[in-house]
Amino acid sequence: MSANPTSRETSTSMLTVPETFPPAVAVEVRGLQKSFRIPTQRIDTLKERATQLFSRTEDRELRALRGIDFDIHRGEFFGIVGRNGSGKSTLLKLLASIYRADAGTVRIAGRVAPCIELGVGFNPELSAHENVALNGVMMGLTPREATARFDDVIEFAELEEFTEMKLKNYSSGMLVRLGFSLMTHVDADVLLIDEVLAVGDASFQQKCFDAFARLHGEGRTIVLVTHDMAAVEGHCDRAILLESGRVDRAGEPGDVARRYLELNFGRREPGEVEGVASGARDAQVIGAAIERASGEPASGFAQDEEIVLEMVIEAVRPLVRPVFGFQLVNADGLLIFAPEPILLTDRERLEPGERARIRTRIANPLAAGHYYIHAAVGRGFEGRDPVAFRKNVADFVVYGTRSFGGLVAIDCAAESEVEPRRDDGI
Amino acid sequence: MSEPASGLELQDIRGPSALGGGTKRFFDLLWLSALTEFKLGYHGTVLGFLWSFLRPLLLFGVLLVVFTQVFRLGSQVENYPAMLLLNILLFDFFSQATQQASTSVVRNESVVRKMQFPRLVIPLSVVLTNALQTGLSLIVVFVFLLVYGVDPVWTWLFLPLILGALAVLTTACALLLSAAYVRIRDIGIIWAVLSTVLFYASPILYPIEVAPQSFQDLIALNPLTPLFEQTREWIIDPNADGAVEAVAGNTWILIFPIAIWVAVCVAGPLVFNRMAPRVAEEL
Repeated sequence: MSANPTSRETSTSMLTVPETFPPAVAVEVRGLQKSFRIPTQRIDTLKERATQLFSRTEDRELRALRGIDFDIHRGEFFGIVGRNGSGKSTLLKLLASIYRADAGTVRIAGRVAPCIELGVGFNPELSAHENVALNGVMMGLTPREATARFDDVIEFAELEEFTEMKLKNYSSGMLVRLGFSLMTHVDADVLLIDEVLAVGDASFQQKCFDAFARLHGEGRTIVLVTHDMAAVEGHCDRAILLESGRVDRAGEPGDVARRYLELNFGRREPGEVEGVASGARDAQVIGAAIERASGEPASGFAQDEEIVLEMVIEAVRPLVRPVFGFQLVNADGLLIFAPEPILLTDRERLEPGERARIRTRIANPLAAGHYYIHAAVGRGFEGRDPVAFRKNVADFVVYGTRSFGGLVAIDCAAESEVEPRRDDGI
Repeated sequence: MSEPASGLELQDIRGPSALGGGTKRFFDLLWLSALTEFKLGYHGTVLGFLWSFLRPLLLFGVLLVVFTQVFRLGSQVENYPAMLLLNILLFDFFSQATQQASTSVVRNESVVRKMQFPRLVIPLSVVLTNALQTGLSLIVVFVFLLVYGVDPVWTWLFLPLILGALAVLTTACALLLSAAYVRIRDIGIIWAVLSTVLFYASPILYPIEVAPQSFQDLIALNPLTPLFEQTREWIIDPNADGAVEAVAGNTWILIFPIAIWVAVCVAGPLVFNRMAPRVAEEL
């Protein structure tokens, strides 16, 4: 039945759900590998190059993808998930022809929307009108098509009143709307989408998913990279989970999402230890998980929805009066909150091999965005003697349901009245 | 919106390249980018794109005063102001286009790193923008030549040859510089200085015969030299020495500027093509 038996054989190993007809493949990835050389010191100028010509520069090799195989079927809504640094963005850039693979092949049927981030290539000095014409061509339309679709693009983005305004005067929300609208209007057969859902307010997100549903219904293939397991389970037909540059799990979105949450929690690895003298590593951060108040594992929260953080710490050597803590940072790395020292409630010390499980209920006045948790263990007065620290043990996304500005919502109550006119009277 | 075509074939995705993404899109993008840059070039200034002509004109004014009033060179040369103006305009195209192009790939970082974008479009559109500006200025210059009293001769028809050779050299330099700048940021400063050196080491301010013999030998190596000599013979003064007469019998000397011209024109595209697939990682 299949036209190309050899390629089908290799492709069905992990993914294909048994079906009577082999579905048409839209994206085929085989043995894909990609490494980056990271110079220990960046050489940017001739002088540095000359002085370091004879000294040994040690390039650290970062293997972002270590041989990946999967297929995406035509018309499928496909999720790619993975923790930070698992290689999912690299994979997307290889699919989009932004990076060149070291080994392996990518084959795609039809046209790929060449953009993985909204609004790339917008010129802030030009109006929306001119930008749609220019960006539409970047996305693969002919100049005539780009001009013809202008009205549709603007209508979907709800920017009818601002077509002649320069983009530098647009708000970030307007830019995202214009970028998203354009992306859905360029007739790509395969759309690659990286984390667009963490931006914009709730109604825009709903609109995004409605648009995805429409494109999906038209038979287009959508590849979504996300941290949001609710989106994966709710919308994707299938998904893969990347871990350390390999496909860890592939198939049912629910299965993949569970595995993702499991990985985030149960991993036992030395992890990144920073700011801790090696001799002082008397404890280990085993893992952390984010849950809803109901105890259900989650990675996406509506604003004001309580977040529960659970951390597991293991003592390597006896720990007397350990102090636990965490840092909540936003996507820019800005520290939003660190709690007062957390102590063991009923014990004074932790013996080697013993684990402490710390559950913290956190109110959620956070602005929409992506957040990360760093875990820390200390001892001594207020835990000032650090014992273990691990970055990015957990992360979650907060969706906008309210429209305040800034980093957190501070409770406030406003009243207003209209002042009587101060007429001087004649 | 049209339905996605059924029966689409799987095609290899080979990653980014200088030209990638189809020829039609390449030329559409090149033209649109150049046009946008042309429109925005003097954006916000009162005189707008008039500046693209006024800037070389002001330089011309200063140099004209210096070389006719201070050094008295102008009086020895037939139609000196006309020669000076045309030469400055041509050199300005070369130096502006190459200097702007050298940083262009780095300036367009976001497009390079986040989109499948044919890399070659970036430096080429800079050259094209400058070519548009120079083309408009040339019209004004030729009006000036006629008003000044330069006789139109049939060799004016050779002008496209000179412009073509200059444009090809400029493009090749632009490619070479923009590729090198990604890795070695010193290129920006080095090229700014080198452009000034080239300005004085080309027969722009002076005809080659007034230079001392040893200096003449040196500037004869410059690939721009024959272009300016031919411009003078064909456009300004039919009795002046062209590139062949200027080397006075030693025609073999012409091999050097021609060889350098060819070498740069081959190296430019080659180096750029090598750099193009990896540039997103280098930035």
